[in-house]
Amino acid sequence: MLEIKNLHASIDGKEILRGVDLIVPTGEVHAIMGPNGSGKSTLSYVLSGRDGYDVTDGEILFDGKDIVEMPAEERASAGVFLAFQYPLEIPGVATMTFLKAAMNAQRKARGEAELTTPDFMRRVKTAAEKLNVTQEMLRRPLNVGFSGGEKKRNEILQMALLEPKLAVLDETDSGLDIDALRVVSEGVNALRDPGRSMLVITHYQRLLDHIVPDKVHVMSAGRIVRTGGPELALELEAKGYADYAGEAA
Amino acid sequence: MNAEPRILRTQAEETLALEFAAARTQLPGSPAIAAARENAFAAFQKQGLPHRRTEAWRYTDLRALLRTVPPLAIGPTAETSTLADPLPGLDRARLVVVDGSFRPELSDLAGIDGVTIRPLVDLLQEGDARIGLQVASLNDAMVSLNSALMLGGVAIEVPAGVRIERAIEIAHVTTSAVASHVRNLVTVGDDASVRILETHVGPAGSAYQANIVTEATAGHRAKVVWAKLQSEGDASVHLGTLAVTIGTETAFDHLTLMIGAAISRSQTFVTYSGENARAGLFGATMLRGKQHADIALSVDHAVPNGASRELFKAVMDGRSEGVFQGRIIVRPDAQKTDGRMMTQGLLLSEDASFFVKPELEIFADDVQCAHGATSGEIDEDILFYLLSRGLPRAEAETLLVTAFLAEAIEGLGDEAIGEAFEQISRNWLAARGQEAA
Repeated sequence: MLEIKNLHASIDGKEILRGVDLIVPTGEVHAIMGPNGSGKSTLSYVLSGRDGYDVTDGEILFDGKDIVEMPAEERASAGVFLAFQYPLEIPGVATMTFLKAAMNAQRKARGEAELTTPDFMRRVKTAAEKLNVTQEMLRRPLNVGFSGGEKKRNEILQMALLEPKLAVLDETDSGLDIDALRVVSEGVNALRDPGRSMLVITHYQRLLDHIVPDKVHVMSAGRIVRTGGPELALELEAKGYADYAGEAA
Repeated sequence: MNAEPRILRTQAEETLALEFAAARTQLPGSPAIAAARENAFAAFQKQGLPHRRTEAWRYTDLRALLRTVPPLAIGPTAETSTLADPLPGLDRARLVVVDGSFRPELSDLAGIDGVTIRPLVDLLQEGDARIGLQVASLNDAMVSLNSALMLGGVAIEVPAGVRIERAIEIAHVTTSAVASHVRNLVTVGDDASVRILETHVGPAGSAYQANIVTEATAGHRAKVVWAKLQSEGDASVHLGTLAVTIGTETAFDHLTLMIGAAISRSQTFVTYSGENARAGLFGATMLRGKQHADIALSVDHAVPNGASRELFKAVMDGRSEGVFQGRIIVRPDAQKTDGRMMTQGLLLSEDASFFVKPELEIFADDVQCAHGATSGEIDEDILFYLLSRGLPRAEAETLLVTAFLAEAIEGLGDEAIGEAFEQISRNWLAARGQEAA
């Protein structure tokens, strides 16, 4: 599904990713952990095609195809989804309007027919109920006045509706209390699928109690420095990132 | 060696002087109106065309911009308009003014029983004392020029207590490269309610100049919704002025949408004459190419306990220039005034400009007045959020710009008119998207 080879990327001439190698097979959930500043969020932006990041070397193979030159909107339609650490508030754009525009834009890009309004409404209703996203939230402008938990639930709702092949979850646990964390995690787990890969980026191990990964990678100073099973997360929780700090410096 | 002081006139000013001299005896009106025309032209000549050093016109230098003036439109033309309806699907009565003259035979007066509609020419012949009253103290050169050369337009009178649901449009249509000076008079009685639409259209490529002055009064406890659509032809000059006085407990909501003309200026003067009145003033401007559009606002709180809300949004693409000048005056007696003004510009191109000048003149001490202005580009973080969900860039920008303008358009609080105006903004953005593609 996702194969990253020797990925180097910089922003404003400063190199952040320094040779990332990573393979996430189809249907697997991998976690990336690492200290602050190790390049985790940069990796999520580079994967989703944000402007301003220069990929200076390496490849990102998605379904066997290099997507480095592909604009963000095309990657999205091809099946890449980023759940934002800080979802943006968009005044004046109703959540429902946004959801419909996004779903239909992706369908159009893939040569599929646009959704009928009843079909769209049914899909939103079904997905929203599972995530405790109320009709009242859906009527509000996108994320405006939403609590941290509501914003994250709204991200997972978008993921459920857009049905990506690869979901990158950037610090999805940040700003969540225990109850919100459980709802969001259950939402993510419900979307685990043999045809879908996930990359869960997190600083803390607690999210991985709820979303149990197939593999855990440790990122430090712009590279993957260690890979292991779920038990690696527990080890990091116990020992901290001190062992890797030297490489970050 | 003392040189005679000499007034240097521009070519356009010379032409106007010759035209007024030739037309003065033919222009309609009673002897009193004829005398008022002479005074008004003298006032215009004293000031000349507004220029950079005319503070109120500082960003719209007509002395430089109006090199020439097209011939005056004199009398009704035989031509009927073939221009498309600027607000398709919006139900309203229509009063059609072609090249400066009211054309009853082109108008639709159904559904507004109880309202009196008359050609302004009739009031000019009668020497109606209301003509010129609302603009008497403006001291604005282009309003003076209009007072000298005004030809026709309409007079709308909504008697006290009459509430009209169907909107009434004054449709200003220009058919050829002429200069027209239109005067309208709108009188809304006590406890009356009315929705006025003011539209301005003309042919593409025609260098016509339209100068429209509308004088209005809204009586005590009246409710007035007023929406102006300036979608003039792309080579034209539009100068529009609305001067309105509002009474006690009156609600006056006004929206200006500026999308057309090469050079345009829309002036709105609101004077409070009774307490506890409320005015909402909103604007949405969409510019591209080398368009220049100026919105000038003056809100005069002359009595206590008045409230005003102003929200003006402008989107500028290409090399266009947007201007907003907003003046709020709080007179010494106008205690407990509550005024809030906000202006926001969105620049879609590095070559576009936005000039904003808020002016608060506060002479009372127990008031709340606030103003704010912002100007910027589309937020890159928000844009990326939309792109990351698969929205193509043009569609994402359209969504954001539509939302940006919608806040001002919805401020009017009239669903049908708001929807029709939002459709105009969507069409403008769709055309922009096609150009980009």
